[in-house]
Amino acid sequence: MSRLTSANEIIANEIIARYPRPKSALIPLLHLAQEQDGYVAEDAMEHLAELVGVTPAEVLGTCSFYEMFKLHPVGTYVINVCGTMSCQLLGADELIHHAEERLGIRVGDTTSDGLFTLERAECQAACTEAPCLQVNYRHEYRVTPDDFDALVDTLAAGGGDVPPHGTLSRVRQHIPANRSVGAVPPEQVTGPPPWLPSAEEST
Amino acid sequence: MTDTPVTITLNGETVECRPGELLIAAAQRAGTYVPRFCYHERMKPVGMCRMCLVDVDMGRGPGLQPSCMVSVAEGMVVDTESDRVKQVQEGVLELLLANHPLDCPVCDKGGECPLQDQTMAYGPGESRFIEEKRHYEKPIAISDLVYLDRERCILCDRCTRFAKDVAGDPLIHFLDRGNETQVNTFPDHPFSSYFSGNTVQICPVGALTAEPYRFKARPWDLEENESTSTVDATGSRVALQSSRNQLVRVLGVDSDAVNWGWLSDKERFGYEATQSDHRLVEPLFRSETEFVPGRWNDAVSRIARDLDGKRVGVLGGARLPIEGQFAWSKLLDTLPNRAYRDAQLDDGLPAGVVLGLPRASIADACAKGGVVVIIGPDLKEELPTLFLRLRHAATEDGVSILELTPRATSLGTHAALSLHPLAGTVGQVAAAIAAGTSSQAVGGVEPAQIEAAAALLASGRPITIIGGRGNLAESGQYTADAIGSLMAAHPDATFLPALRRGNIHGALELGFTPGFAPGGVLDHDDVLDASAILEAAAAGELDTLVLLGSDPIVDHPDRALVERAFDRVGNVVAVDLFMTESCRRSDLVVPAAGFGEVDGSFLNLEGRLSPLQAKVTPPGQARPDWMIAVEIAMSAMTDLGFIDLDELRRSLSSSVQSFSAIDWSMLNSQDDGQRIDLDRPWTPEFADPLVAPPVDGYGLRLVVDRKLWDLGTMVQHAPSLAHLAGEASLGLSTSDFERLGVEEGGVVSIDVAGATHRLAVRRNRDLPRGAAQIPFRLTGFDPGVLLTADRLVTEIRVSAN
Repeated sequence: MSRLTSANEIIANEIIARYPRPKSALIPLLHLAQEQDGYVAEDAMEHLAELVGVTPAEVLGTCSFYEMFKLHPVGTYVINVCGTMSCQLLGADELIHHAEERLGIRVGDTTSDGLFTLERAECQAACTEAPCLQVNYRHEYRVTPDDFDALVDTLAAGGGDVPPHGTLSRVRQHIPANRSVGAVPPEQVTGPPPWLPSAEEST
Repeated sequence: MTDTPVTITLNGETVECRPGELLIAAAQRAGTYVPRFCYHERMKPVGMCRMCLVDVDMGRGPGLQPSCMVSVAEGMVVDTESDRVKQVQEGVLELLLANHPLDCPVCDKGGECPLQDQTMAYGPGESRFIEEKRHYEKPIAISDLVYLDRERCILCDRCTRFAKDVAGDPLIHFLDRGNETQVNTFPDHPFSSYFSGNTVQICPVGALTAEPYRFKARPWDLEENESTSTVDATGSRVALQSSRNQLVRVLGVDSDAVNWGWLSDKERFGYEATQSDHRLVEPLFRSETEFVPGRWNDAVSRIARDLDGKRVGVLGGARLPIEGQFAWSKLLDTLPNRAYRDAQLDDGLPAGVVLGLPRASIADACAKGGVVVIIGPDLKEELPTLFLRLRHAATEDGVSILELTPRATSLGTHAALSLHPLAGTVGQVAAAIAAGTSSQAVGGVEPAQIEAAAALLASGRPITIIGGRGNLAESGQYTADAIGSLMAAHPDATFLPALRRGNIHGALELGFTPGFAPGGVLDHDDVLDASAILEAAAAGELDTLVLLGSDPIVDHPDRALVERAFDRVGNVVAVDLFMTESCRRSDLVVPAAGFGEVDGSFLNLEGRLSPLQAKVTPPGQARPDWMIAVEIAMSAMTDLGFIDLDELRRSLSSSVQSFSAIDWSMLNSQDDGQRIDLDRPWTPEFADPLVAPPVDGYGLRLVVDRKLWDLGTMVQHAPSLAHLAGEASLGLSTSDFERLGVEEGGVVSIDVAGATHRLAVRRNRDLPRGAAQIPFRLTGFDPGVLLTADRLVTEIRVSAN
């Protein structure tokens, strides 16, 4: 899709200023790009490369390493059904099969209305609540086929509390100026970092 | 770290190692080769391939450790041949081969492939992997020159490490993860590095192949000679490989003193020009408007007549090997009239500076902890292999770089201080730095920057000044002034000339420059430089103009002057490899033998003499330059004192002092060559600095500089490189660009001396405010029409309509 919007570019520069080296800001910037477009677009990666002073190939190298950064458009809701052993024993295969039937797509595909992407995922660390799934990385536990249908209906009707794919948090972090390290390379840092509470504050 | 040797036990024998040395390197020096794929002696280790695992015992029993990641330590007991090591080597190879396509019979690397060789030596012989292998699209072009076959790749990280750490062009990268990991570029951002060919050479499998060599030959059919690249003045050591009397490949040779095994793509693929169908193969005589082939003897006797008793000017000489330069120099010295000669076409430096200042070696400039001052061009564009050495020095060895260049160069991001005086002011800026302070800004450089530069130079660290011609639109005298001021303030500094033309240093040493006889002997009556020779020709004061491999019509910055000279001079004789623009305007063209076709020697920018070896025969009647000179002399009944190469070299050593200590018998067997004696009985005199005309508030100071890929004769005759030459445009600093109010790529008017030209404009963040840049010899526009030889700086006016 596109480069960062001017509003997001301001946020991007704020994020970059938190790190001693611009390059270190790459992962949060990739999240920002994914939040903007729902996936990480090529143009956005080129833009990030300019912002942090690396080549687009280096941005792609970092981005493609992480499963949660999508390089192609995905649905508004990405549904990850856990397929690892605990869930499998309690019906994950059947659940995935049901999900494919219900959504009319195969694992890995996106519905034609662009609403849902179905993925089979590895263990989501909720084995006691198997079978489980995630919608945009928010857990749903002990999901039966009926639960799944209800979930899809709610999401399709615009209900539920799940923000669109790419949104990690609705609260943006702001570092007050007096706590900001700024772009100081580690070797030039003297004294404790400003974000540590000082001795007077902690007593 | 101390220098006390470290003693280890290697396979039961006691071995003394250097402290901090990597185990794999120490073992190799002791004669034990540990198999490896990812480790490369000129790059940092990564421990990627696990092939070099050996048993290391530090007192708690042996354990497997990658020998490329472990430094030697006192008392270390190492076994590289234990059963466990052998078992692990088999295992590693079985895994590396699991996804390798084993298409060796159709692979260019087959026969010289480390994976193939080490599988034979250390491999299991059989694979238990019966599943389907990974499949990728067979070779994809990751640049115009390099193809990548991802199926063959073993992910050793050599190419990506080279691109990032050595070349500084991280345009290829590991993408994806796990079983999907692959090397690739970003979509539509090709691996267009000037050094891309090195990745092909260091690839331990056939994953990376070079377009010019693909399916051309088999390694076991190749014959090889070691030679020296004549592409630029760095003199990188190369191996020339031929098959059926055709050059098919050039590889870098690891010379510790010069190129560390690396080559630029121009040095690596430029050999294609030698094989070109457009080579001159017979003497051509002008008859009315066209050329007629003629007999060699007629050509030689005609040249002898054209020289004898005539007023002669000679342009060029940097293409010739030392032996050709010496023979021609001897020949010209036998003429009754002085034959004025200049190998630099008003695009270099005054010869006194180059010949007379204490010369640094590349190793001196790159020695740990030094300061390097660059007054000149972007080295990546003009001397790319030297750029690699300096980049390494700046990033790894704590060398501080001070740039005094017309624009931020490719070393700018690694420079301690990067200053960009406007054209004509570099001498004043250097004088201010030498004085240590300035009350006001000079040529756009602020007093604080001048003081910072002075402090850097006054820090007591050894100083090397690298000087060249960064701007063809500015008199070279300004650069000389700047070098003179800094040398006067720091008398212990040494100098490394950054002149680009092939064997230019041989040409200067052998008198192809005004003011000097061979050996750097002062000759005050020898006064005409290239521009003056052309002026004399234009004024009708020359009878014969000899072009020794030079093409002044397109290569001299002053286009109008060359035209006038060619229009007026009675007789032009050209000795060249190709029908250049200047040859087309000549009366007689004689074919010379080129790179890879003649034995000889080459003098690089350090004054290092290294061999040129013939690998293939010259086309048609083309002959070595020294032979042409000898034949002309014979035809004129003159004896030069030699008729073969050995006699010529003896004559050279006995008559030119700087070559007197050269041991010619060792020439072909030394990787690092021999440095000639550069001690002069005189020191260069620097005249009072030229004062630049005041800056015109409405105008922009023009910077004309060079790109690696241009319309040069060699690049254009190498099929793989010809199309890489870019299109000329006018570069402006961001502030000037915005003041003009045009779009990127929009066409603007350039006014200079009453004439108007039109050219597309681009924003160039490397330029200082008040400067405008046009690259020399790109397609679309020739900045030579804006320049005149007598103008000290060129001021242009740019308007948006």
